[in-house]
Amino acid sequence: MPKHISIWFFTGVLLLVYGVIIFGAGIYALSNPPEHPVVLESLHIDIWWGVALTVIGAIYCWKFVPSGKE
Amino acid sequence: MNPALLLLQSAPSRLISLGGVDISIIAIYFVVVLLIGFYLKGQSETGEDFFMAGREMTAWIAGLSFLSANLGSLELMGWAAAAYQYGILATHWYWIGAIPAMLFLGIVMMPFYYISKTHSVPGYLQLRFGEPSRALSAVSFGFMTVLMSGINMYSMALVMKVVLGWDINFSIWVSSITVAIYVALGGLRSAIFNEVLQFILIWVGALVIPVVGLVEAGGWDGMVKKIHANWQGQDYTHLWSTMGSFTDNPMGIHWTGIVLGLGWVISFGYWTTDFLVVQRVLAAKDLRAAKMAPIIGAGFKMMVPFIVILPGLLALAVLPFKLTGEGAALAAGGHSYNEVLPIMLARYCGPGLLGLGITALIAGFMSGMAGNVSAFATVWTYDIYRAFVKKDATDAHYVSMGRWCTVLGVLISIGTAYLVMEFKSIMDYVQALFSFFIAPLFGTVILGMLWKRATPQGGFWGLLTGTGASIAMWAWVKADPSALRYIAFSSNAKDMAENMYRALWSWLVCFVVTIVISLLTKSKPDKELVGLVYGCTEIPSEEQVPLYERPAFWAIVIAVVFVILQVIFW
Repeated sequence: MPKHISIWFFTGVLLLVYGVIIFGAGIYALSNPPEHPVVLESLHIDIWWGVALTVIGAIYCWKFVPSGKE
Repeated sequence: MNPALLLLQSAPSRLISLGGVDISIIAIYFVVVLLIGFYLKGQSETGEDFFMAGREMTAWIAGLSFLSANLGSLELMGWAAAAYQYGILATHWYWIGAIPAMLFLGIVMMPFYYISKTHSVPGYLQLRFGEPSRALSAVSFGFMTVLMSGINMYSMALVMKVVLGWDINFSIWVSSITVAIYVALGGLRSAIFNEVLQFILIWVGALVIPVVGLVEAGGWDGMVKKIHANWQGQDYTHLWSTMGSFTDNPMGIHWTGIVLGLGWVISFGYWTTDFLVVQRVLAAKDLRAAKMAPIIGAGFKMMVPFIVILPGLLALAVLPFKLTGEGAALAAGGHSYNEVLPIMLARYCGPGLLGLGITALIAGFMSGMAGNVSAFATVWTYDIYRAFVKKDATDAHYVSMGRWCTVLGVLISIGTAYLVMEFKSIMDYVQALFSFFIAPLFGTVILGMLWKRATPQGGFWGLLTGTGASIAMWAWVKADPSALRYIAFSSNAKDMAENMYRALWSWLVCFVVTIVISLLTKSKPDKELVGLVYGCTEIPSEEQVPLYERPAFWAIVIAVVFVILQVIFW
């Protein structure tokens, strides 16, 4: 394990995982609309939010991935 | 009415039901914060590592952590509730009640804290004024910190109960044990890393509400029109124009109370002397990073109303029912101001986003709690235990004490949380505490840093009489409510206004007593004040540093934006 893992890498991983989950939940809601939809459901904010988090998380993971060097 | 809210109202035992996706998001968060704690354990073996995070944090990490430690339960839930109750006036606590003080900390005070190499604010008082001042400050800080931590826990547990229907004991114990584990393992470094993570989560989780809310309300102008239509005769959308009289604004406060009480004494006291936040900046890797950290924090602090105050204003505009005080909500079966943030969350967030929003709330609670506990562990270990109980132990012994003290601090906080359950208003309670301890402390520290004639006797007696005067004024009004017209200049003043003026008086008492006693006693020679006082300390020059990397340049930028915001929302 590298001696120093940046906090930004942890942040990237968490945002990436959350982005994928929220995007997936949004896609699922498209095909299975909830019984009690939220206000402005037509915006599909969960899909957009999921994509944004995935992209930001991926960028942080790539930029701050631990190299194994000091 | 929105079907989701109909659902909420038909299920009084909880506001929101979480699905599997939401629970997964919350569970992943707990796993990651614990992982960070275990990962950092190996890097927290010495006292400098455990209590000061090795003094190697960058300006960005120290700055975000500085702000995140303050983004506790009160910030998220309390100020959204205050925005619903008082309108945009609540923004004063983020702007004039924070920005000038944060810039002052970075530019004026940080050099003395950092160059003196103190590990805490009571530690600075010991260097400047001697042991009695340190003891008084350390004990009052420890007392205030565990109370604050208890308030954090109580708030979190209450939210989980109201919003999710979770058992209040379960919420308190699960979150407390998690915080105790990751702070006891990794010390301040773990607290800081998690605070940065929590800061990001708070933003990505809470940002949904203002974004979608503004779309629903028709933008800012649409929101203002709707508020005026829903609440005729009341002005919720102006920062300053209603403050010429105590009776013209929903808070019952005059602009002098906001400017002098909040903007000067309480704000400067909190942001420049509360060790909970100052500790994060002391962990910076060098003086320039230490000066930049509060300035970076100030930049983000100016934006926080977007995710905290705006949801409260949007609720005034778009909710089809009215929220009330806690007592009225309980009696009538409705919802209280304190529930405004989760209600707005439920309004706009479906599965997944809802879990992220709840995670943001939990993250806020945990960052506040971790901040209190790590600061308490440092002050207890260095300023009480090492100073007065066991002076010559090994570094490893103090680290061990710090770890155990973290656990002890959490346990005391849990006990406090159960006490706080009986208290009627969380926000006003905290403001009262600030005026007891923080306002006089600011008088002592500022005189200590900027006036070399201040003596140890002056510092100690100023701090003691300032604190005593504050508690006495509070007790006077409790015993005789008509005394409010003397303390706050108006019998119409609400609790918050009373706290503002009490803070101002207690600071003045401390300031005057410190000066008078200092003039009557012998001051320390200049050579003993090197690194501690303006005029005796050489501040490193920044002439070689490019303009865009100088803290003073960015402080001016933030100050200009701050002034523009006041004018826009006047």
